[in-house]
Amino acid sequence: MTEPLLGVHNVSKRFGGLLAVSEASLSVESGRITGLIGPNGAGKTTLFAIISGFLSPSDGRVVYRGRDITALPPHRLAREGIARTFQVVQPFAGLTVRENIAVGAHLHIAGRRAALAAAERTGEEVGLGSVLDRPAGGLTVAGRKRLELARALATRPSLLLLDEVLAGLTPSEIRDIVPVIRAIRDRGVTILMIEHVMQAVMSLSDHVFVLSEGRIIAEGKPAAIASDPKVIEAYLGHGAAQRYAGGAAHAH
Amino acid sequence: MKAPGYLSVVAVVAALALVPFVTSSNVILNFLVIALLIALVGQGWNVLGGYGGQYSFGHAAFFGTGAYTTAVLQVQYGINAWPGFAIGIAAGALVGAVIGFLSFRSGLKGSYFALVTLAFAEVLRIVASVAPITGAGVGTLIRLDVRFEAFQFQSRAIFYWIILALVALSLVIVRMIENSRFGARLVAVRENEDAARALGVDVMATKLGAMTISAAITAAGGCFYAQYYLFLDAGIAYGPWISVEALLAPIIGGVGTIYGPLLGALVVKTLGEAAKHVTGTAPGLDLIIYGAVLVLVVGFAPRGVAGLLERLWPRRSRAPARAEEGKSRD
Ligand SMILES: Nc1ncnc2c1ncn2[C@@H]1O[C@H](COP(=O)(O)OP(=O)(O)OP(=O)(O)O)[C@@H](O)[C@H]1O
Ligand SMILES: [Mg+2]
Repeated sequence: MTEPLLGVHNVSKRFGGLLAVSEASLSVESGRITGLIGPNGAGKTTLFAIISGFLSPSDGRVVYRGRDITALPPHRLAREGIARTFQVVQPFAGLTVRENIAVGAHLHIAGRRAALAAAERTGEEVGLGSVLDRPAGGLTVAGRKRLELARALATRPSLLLLDEVLAGLTPSEIRDIVPVIRAIRDRGVTILMIEHVMQAVMSLSDHVFVLSEGRIIAEGKPAAIASDPKVIEAYLGHGAAQRYAGGAAHAH
Repeated sequence: MKAPGYLSVVAVVAALALVPFVTSSNVILNFLVIALLIALVGQGWNVLGGYGGQYSFGHAAFFGTGAYTTAVLQVQYGINAWPGFAIGIAAGALVGAVIGFLSFRSGLKGSYFALVTLAFAEVLRIVASVAPITGAGVGTLIRLDVRFEAFQFQSRAIFYWIILALVALSLVIVRMIENSRFGARLVAVRENEDAARALGVDVMATKLGAMTISAAITAAGGCFYAQYYLFLDAGIAYGPWISVEALLAPIIGGVGTIYGPLLGALVVKTLGEAAKHVTGTAPGLDLIIYGAVLVLVVGFAPRGVAGLLERLWPRRSRAPARAEEGKSRD
């Protein structure tokens, strides 16, 4: 088997007395969509912040393309091809959608005109074509999520980290954006996505990791994860797996 | 798509260049020289504060360094005023880079950054008021030598065209920034540092670049001041008055807009003159006027005179301007 694009090795992060991430390890294979799921407060966003250089881990290493990148700052990682979105969206509120995306495009494009043109293409790709000249601050929730995606995509990443880009969207908005994410993967961009919308993450992911209370408690194919008692318990509480199995038996 | 926008710069500068042909009144020219000087100093502040979102209260540090470098090189070392002018700008830029490095590296933002820049300017003022090389308490007097070679002119009109040329240059620089990747990154840093970092923007380098350019422009104003008045003391060169003028002009004219500092300087200076005529020269009156205008602008025209004008005469390409209105500044 080839080496994974990204490897997280025994990473821990301590905030004062709280161990937000505890000896977590995971790997992301090239060309795939890898899901990262887990209950609220599990440490998923913290782990993303560590991978993308916004936080340094208390312990452990992050390896990308076979290189230790643990100490690198975010802007260097962006140049290496790692892009992220923010769970709490961070638009450049005073700029237009096009100008927002152009900041990402400028990573590899020096010229202003060329960057704005590239931004327009990326915007259209994620369905923002009709609002390119609107101020980003006035977008709907769905629009802001798409903008996060577009800006990250405009940096032409090899590895795209998506933190709950489907959260807060209506079912029909989710139906619209799922094929966009799949198309990004099909173009060769490797994706690691945090998601709470179970149906979407299960249908999109090739492989899933489950984080609970800072630890990776399970990994595998989506179907296997969905029926893993450990995972069901992490989400629904102790004893839930049994009740769930019982309930399912009744339903039959 | 956005036009590069140099045409309006040419038009504005050309119109202003004609003024000496219309009037030879020294009072009017003197007034305009000072207004343009403030526009230049304010444009320096605008690069860092308006486009970069880093509000400095200490631009006197750069103004004073430019002024003193030009003066001291002539008075103490016999260096010609023209190279002295250039060295003054470079020295101001260097001071900007050093202060920027120290404050940005320690992660200072918002009011902390403002206070630290103020502190740097005050330290320089105190040093200049005791250092023998600056003439200490007595001040520095550049010997009167009205020759082109000495950067001194009999005619106010020449001084006027020189400061106008400097303002024109600053407008071109700002336009270039607006049309560049550096400018896009600078504005991104102003709007949201974390988002900018995630998109590959080196926030530290971007702020440092802006501060250096900002300081150079403001220092040019200091160099000009030295040649125009031929006298400096610590309170003039490094005093808080110029830090206030530097930020007031763009804030009143429109922060982060290319013509904001020019509009603001003209408005503020006109109001100041008008008040002087009405009430005589009561000390501190100008400050009261500044305060009142500032309150009005912040309260009723948060995007300054430039924003007000755009609201009165909306143009076709209004998209970026509207974006600004929807934004709440932190
Ligand atoms: N900067 C911080 N300082 C202190 N505690 C933090 C910090 N960031 C996160 N935490 C804590 O770490 C834990 C993990 O938070 P994190 O945001 O990583 O969880 P998450 O899995 O992304 O949750 P959610 O699904 O709600 O987004 C939480 O208890 C959170 O309160
Ligand atoms: Mg989270």
